[in-house]
Formats: sequence, C-alpha cells, structure tokens
Amino acid sequence: MRSYKEVFSELKGAALIPFFVIGDPDFDTSVTTVKRAIDSGADILELGIPFSDPIADGPTIQKADIRAQQAGINMQRALAFIRQIKQYRDIPIGLLMYYNLVYQYGPEKFFREFHEAGVNSVLVADLNIDDADEIFAPARQAGLDTVFMVTPNTSQERMKQIASKTTGFIYAVSLLGVTGSREELSDTVNGLVKKMKALANVPVCVGFGISKPEHAAVLAQGGADGVIIGSKIVSIIEENLDSHEKIYSNIRVFVKEVKAAIAK
Amino acid sequence: MKYKGKFGEYGGFYVPEVLMPALEELEEAFYKYYQDKEFVTQLNKLLGDYAGRPTPLYYAARFSERLGLKVFLKREDLLHGGAHKVNNTLGQGLLAKFMGKTKLIAETGAGQHGLATAMIGALFGFDTKIFMGTTDIERQSVNVHKMKLCGAEVIPVEGGTGTLKDAINDALRYWTANVTDTFYLFGSACGPHPYPTVVRHFQSCIGKETRRQCLEKIGSLPDMVVACVGGGSNAIGIFSGFLGDKDVRLIGVEAGGEGIKTGKHAASLVAGRIGVLHGSKAYLLQDEQGQVLETESVSAGLDYPAVGPEHCLLKDTGRAEYVEADDDDVLDAFELLSKSEGILPALESAHALAYLCSVKESLSPDITAVVNLSGRGDKDVGIVEKYRPVMTK
Repeated sequence: MRSYKEVFSELKGAALIPFFVIGDPDFDTSVTTVKRAIDSGADILELGIPFSDPIADGPTIQKADIRAQQAGINMQRALAFIRQIKQYRDIPIGLLMYYNLVYQYGPEKFFREFHEAGVNSVLVADLNIDDADEIFAPARQAGLDTVFMVTPNTSQERMKQIASKTTGFIYAVSLLGVTGSREELSDTVNGLVKKMKALANVPVCVGFGISKPEHAAVLAQGGADGVIIGSKIVSIIEENLDSHEKIYSNIRVFVKEVKAAIAK
Repeated sequence: MKYKGKFGEYGGFYVPEVLMPALEELEEAFYKYYQDKEFVTQLNKLLGDYAGRPTPLYYAARFSERLGLKVFLKREDLLHGGAHKVNNTLGQGLLAKFMGKTKLIAETGAGQHGLATAMIGALFGFDTKIFMGTTDIERQSVNVHKMKLCGAEVIPVEGGTGTLKDAINDALRYWTANVTDTFYLFGSACGPHPYPTVVRHFQSCIGKETRRQCLEKIGSLPDMVVACVGGGSNAIGIFSGFLGDKDVRLIGVEAGGEGIKTGKHAASLVAGRIGVLHGSKAYLLQDEQGQVLETESVSAGLDYPAVGPEHCLLKDTGRAEYVEADDDDVLDAFELLSKSEGILPALESAHALAYLCSVKESLSPDITAVVNLSGRGDKDVGIVEKYRPVMTK
C-alpha cells in the first residue's frame, strides 16, 4: 500500500489533495468522479463519511453530506467505496470525519477495517490533541497515520504538541472558520505554514477556503507540501446534479488546472 | 486546559482545534472570577435588582389538593424574562464583561435563553446575535420579537429540523470564524467543557435558595425535587442544592413527545445511548451508525437529542431518576395548573408537573414535592391553542 511518505518524497511540486464526500451524490457517480480526479492528477485523496451534524463544515459540504446520506452511505458502503477506489489505483487515502461515527463503530474495529480497506489516516474534525488519546493508540496499532489540524490561532505550545503526535502530514487550516470556498486566500496562511514546517518533521498541507488554481499556486510557492481542496470540488458536483457527464468533465478540467498551477 | 471537564466518563471537550483557545480562555476566566469578591458582589446585585431573586417557594394548595400530595413550586417563572435562563446569562454576561468581550452569540430553542441573552446584551451594551431554528422562530415568535426589541439580531437557522440542535450547529460554526473577539454564551448545562460546569454554577442559586426555603417554610427537606430536562440547566441548578441529601429523591423529566415507542420524542436519558455531540460525551438519540436523530416535542426548549454530562452521571450512579412525560399529559398538566392556581407554566416546566400527575396515585398524601417551575407559559399560549383549541375557548 502506497504511503504518504512515498508520495511526498517522489513529488516535485506540492501534492494535490481533492476532498470528496463518499457517495455524493450517489455511490456509483461518486466512484467515477473520484476516478476522474485520480486520472487528472490527484496525488492523495481526502474522503469524508457523511455525518448528521458536521460542525466544522460550511453549507456546501453540509449539503453533500445530506445527499450522500440520502443515497444510503453508511460504514459498510464507505468500506466498499474505498476498496473500489484502491482496486482502481493504489493512491493514499485520508478520511476526514466526525468522532461519533468512529465511537459508535468502536475505534479499534473502525481503524482495523478501514486500514484493511486501504485507508492511510483518519482525521477526526471534532477531536483535538487533548482528547485524541481515545483514537491515538488504536489508530497507530492498526497501522494508520494520525493527522491533526493546526489553525491560525493555535499557540506555539500546542503546535509543538501537535507536531509530536502527527504522522503522515499536518493539516494546516488556512483561516478561522468552517470549510467553504473563499474568493481570497487568507494572508496569514503562508506564515502559518512556515511556522509549522519549522516545528514538524512531516509535510504540511493546507486546506479550507482554497477555490482557485491561483490560490494553490501561491500556497505551493509559499512552501506548502500539499493543497487540499474540498468545497470547490464538492460545488462542482452540486452545480451539475442534472448531468453526471458534466460532473466528470468539470472535475477533470478543474483538477488538471490546479495540478498545472502547483507543479514545478 | 486546566481540567478535563469530565463527569465520570461523560463531558470533555470534543471540539475542533480552532475552538480550543477560546475554551481555554473561558475556563481560565471562569476560575479566576467565579469566587472573586468584586465579581460576586456585582452578580448578586444584578440577580437581586435586575432579575428578581430570590424567587418564592410557593405552596400550590389547590393544585396539591387535586393531586393528593403537597406540591411546592419554585417560582423561577417570576424572574425577569420569564425563566431561569437569566441566572446564567447574567453570570456569563458579567464574565464576558470582566474578560473585556463586546460581542455575544447564543443559541436558543424556545427563545427563553435567546431572550435572556438579548436582555443582558442590552444591559451591558454588547453586540448580540441569537441563532434560532426556523421551526422554533415560527412556534415561538413572541420571543423573537422580544429579542429584537432588546436590540439583538436573530439569525434564522434552516438546517435539519430547524430546532435547537441546528441552532447550536450554526452558532458553533459562526464562533469558529469569529472566535477571537466573540463570547459564546451557552444556554444549557451541556456542550464542551467548561460550559457544563459554568452553567451549573450560575444556576446553582436555584438549589441553594430552594433548600433554605424548604427548611424555613416546611421545616424539613422535601421528599422529592422534580424538574424538566432538555439540556438540563434548570434541573442541575435545583438538583445541585440537594445532591448531598440522600433522602431527597431527584427526578428529571424529559420530553416524551408522542411517546417513546413512536420514536418521536426527545428523551435522551430514557431512550438514548452514549455518544458525542456538540463537544460532549453524553446520552444521545442516534441511529445504529451514530447519525443523530431528529427529535420531537411540544416544547421547543426540550427539543434536543443530547443532554448535559452531569445528568448522565447522576443517572448511572442512581442519585437521580429520569423519566419522560408525553405531550398529551404535558398539555393536561398545563391546563390543570392554569385552572387550579392561575399560573401558566412553560410547556417545558409542565413536563415536571405532568410527571407528578402521572404518579399521584402511588404517592402518599403526606409526600412533599418541590417542582422547579423553570419558566412561565405566556410564550406557549399559541401552541396550546393549536393543540387544545377547547382549552382557550
């Protein structure tokens, strides 16, 4: 199974990491959409399992969660989804989700089964490092990387703690706020990346608010090791619900544009 | 964080990293000020002159006669704003002032916490935003107008069923983006640490007063203390005064909605299992996979799928008992108190009355029960008319 380490050491530019909600707008369309993103240059995938109360997400991903839930996505379907993607391509996958789903499934069983299906890491949006003990040991035991977030208001002291507990990569949140496309890139993000890179010995990837190839280019030039694009990707699905072909072609075009913008 | 914020295995602070600095700041400020002489003096003055404490402990003779036991009502409904919520908003509002904050946000279900926040927003000159679900805005429109009259902005929340849970979701999202200068004035004894502890502290005046008044008026402690439980702030407030009195039964009454069997209710302690929502581990109404269920109750203030962590511990240890009352019985109790005493209870508080009505036959006539009448029912007249047209005709 391909690791984050392999991807980052082989890449010349920054890694392109699109985010999808598993099963948005339905299982089969979602599988094809993700495959098109892989074909177009995605280096790593971030996948979300839909939750009823996604407090870290803005309206775009909230609606995707509802579509996926209505399409019947549950843990079993999510496992099947990941297996299908891994059969198509051995690409590293990070899950981004909420704690109650992990807790109800049982952390040990959850990490074991999703690792077996091909997942490299699990980032739990509503678990910060202080409460992370509940997942840390079972995740490591299952062979998963533990990815944590840093935000623009994280203190130096907490940054150090986060750096010491993180494997795989650090998820740097570009702004104060929930997920969602923004017109402008936050002007403090490059400083955050620089500060974090000085403390961590794993790559630092940036997410939240990134909606344009130009944003990605600025981040890559500023030293980010990867660029995570969620709401913009999900909005391409949302805007083309009447035509799945348009979803596939627009995702392909957008991913290629971003890839070109961050390649060295 | 200095403390873990755990009540047994419940509570904690299951929140995204971005909210941690604000929760740490709140925890630090709370422990710095809650026993500070200047803070306590100012708060007590406000609780007296502005809110109207102490509230009476009233012997409801005619209601008691109908039930065949002795019922005392702790009249939190007489407080300014019409509910116990002002105890907490004055406390947290003063804390915000001591911290130098100028912007407040709050969630609200029935609008009582929103109103109590809007009131102190005006009192302290804060810029106040209240998040409220669209369903609740419709069914509690009087409170919406009151909040606006106090100068607060009411932000409608459309997600989910447009009730309390959705309002909290959006308030948390807003806080995430404005966390550096905004104080989140949480209304119930749930959510992430330190809120359950902070809210319990500011509501504990109910329990302290009630215990003292019982000794003065009855000459002994009551046999039972009954309170409604949504998130659980009025209940933990009154229970906290009696936790050490092992002979006093503590009974929390949750929203039974259309009945537990129908699945249309909001009784998380009675029918939920442990989960994590809104930063706290607690009994939660959820499906097999952990998706949070939609709740239903005639009372907007109890329409919430989780519950405060301390109640979860009190349930597990058996120190408090938790039961539910169905909408129909609640409306009967609302009518009975109105007709027998001329006191319109909030539909939330009517759950506690409904419980007593349902067990009256099994209780001996010399039993003394204290009911926390946490709010008044003016806001609910429209709802009662809709469900029971005959009652107001």
